[in-house]
Amino acid sequence: MSQVRVLVGTRKGAFVLTADGKRDKWEVSGPHFAGWELYHVKGSPVDPNRLYASQSSGWFGQLLQRSNDGGKTWEPVGNKFAYDGITGTHQWYDGTAHPWEFKRVWHLEPSLTEVDTVYAGIEDAALFKSTDGAQTWAELSGLRKHGTGPQWQPGGGGLCLHTIILDPSDPQRIYIAISSAGAFRSDDGGNSWKPINKGLYSKYIPNPTAEVGHCVHHVAMNPTRPGVLFMQKHWDVMRSDDAGDSWQKISGNLPTDFGFVIDIHAHEPETIYVVPIKSDSEHYVHEGKLRVFRSKSGGNEWEPLTKGLPQKDCYVNVLRDAMAVDSIDKCGIYFGTTGGQVYASADAGDSWAPIVRDLPAVLSVEVQTLK
Amino acid sequence: MVRVVLPYHLRNLAKVGSEVSLEVDGAVTQRSVLDALEARYPMLCGTIRDHGTLQRRAFLRFFACQEDLSHESPDALLPEAVVSGKEPLIVIGAIAGG
Repeated sequence: MSQVRVLVGTRKGAFVLTADGKRDKWEVSGPHFAGWELYHVKGSPVDPNRLYASQSSGWFGQLLQRSNDGGKTWEPVGNKFAYDGITGTHQWYDGTAHPWEFKRVWHLEPSLTEVDTVYAGIEDAALFKSTDGAQTWAELSGLRKHGTGPQWQPGGGGLCLHTIILDPSDPQRIYIAISSAGAFRSDDGGNSWKPINKGLYSKYIPNPTAEVGHCVHHVAMNPTRPGVLFMQKHWDVMRSDDAGDSWQKISGNLPTDFGFVIDIHAHEPETIYVVPIKSDSEHYVHEGKLRVFRSKSGGNEWEPLTKGLPQKDCYVNVLRDAMAVDSIDKCGIYFGTTGGQVYASADAGDSWAPIVRDLPAVLSVEVQTLK
Repeated sequence: MVRVVLPYHLRNLAKVGSEVSLEVDGAVTQRSVLDALEARYPMLCGTIRDHGTLQRRAFLRFFACQEDLSHESPDALLPEAVVSGKEPLIVIGAIAGG
């Protein structure tokens, strides 16, 4: 029988939650790195016991941790992220030029084919790559230097590169997203990049259809259908059927289309999930109800999923990297909240139950399906 | 031997007790002590001073002999009591945050 391992990053440490394929009885391990912020923990698809974790602190800066035994033990690895060449400036919140400064690693994306290769998305936005198991890092500076970098401006959470998607059908193709610059694609392994924001409309920026400047919150792709992307933007839920060359709005009947997470059913690539948040001024769920919305038609038509979730007096947020799916049949869906709950559904969202209720605020959730 | 007291999280990271003793070559300064510390415990690189600039992290301070040495030159000689091992160099984190 399959097993699942849920990797949870929180404001005060990491937790590893494990269960068998029924997904009804859970063991909780942690906190690992107690007291530190764990922005992201993710396992290698090549060797699921190889995990990478981004550990940071306002006092002590950035650390990277690596496990070779599924999170039982960890070792610190390379934490030196030096921008390539003269860094120049991006725009600050007030539109003035601001020097690029490393702050933290938001997202780690292990290679689909090489266990020692891993990508890191950092703040201030840049993409780094390691080919030695995270011991040393080099910037793929074609992204930051492709031309629009000086126009990038931070979102409320900072100028963060938070999404990295590797295309399993084309090892040269990489997608990334930055708040609040937008989405970008490379077709040559990360050497050169182009913005892929055509069709996005952001009324809060001077030119609502600008090439860059959109606050993309998260992008998801089902690996069985590369080229079809789903996006939760600051406002608006979007899809692209041409690898990001163009986007269409699919918010449809959502009660609000502001949000952070978006993910896709492992076996039904037109079934997608979002958690609507009230607004950009009030970062908690709408009407005090924690509802996951599911579309089985690739967007526009959405149904609220509420069974097992609090439906009154709930004011949590679900952050951009805090939802994941397993690949068991039926597909399991997982998400974590800023209130410290991690919810799981073993039936594709029809019903939910908390795995844990009282963790520190959840920053990220990833799932590994183990054979 | 120069004694260095580390804050709680860095002790855990380096898997050491509250205090470490270091052999420091040449003049005993903040820089040479931190160089020796990072050479022996490479996981501490970047946690006390920035990788690139080697500037002390903003929320950390250096104390010894009941004096705040944080704003001294990193190449200034440390007090004789630190050099002799009578007193430790204390790396302390700001009491701030949640």
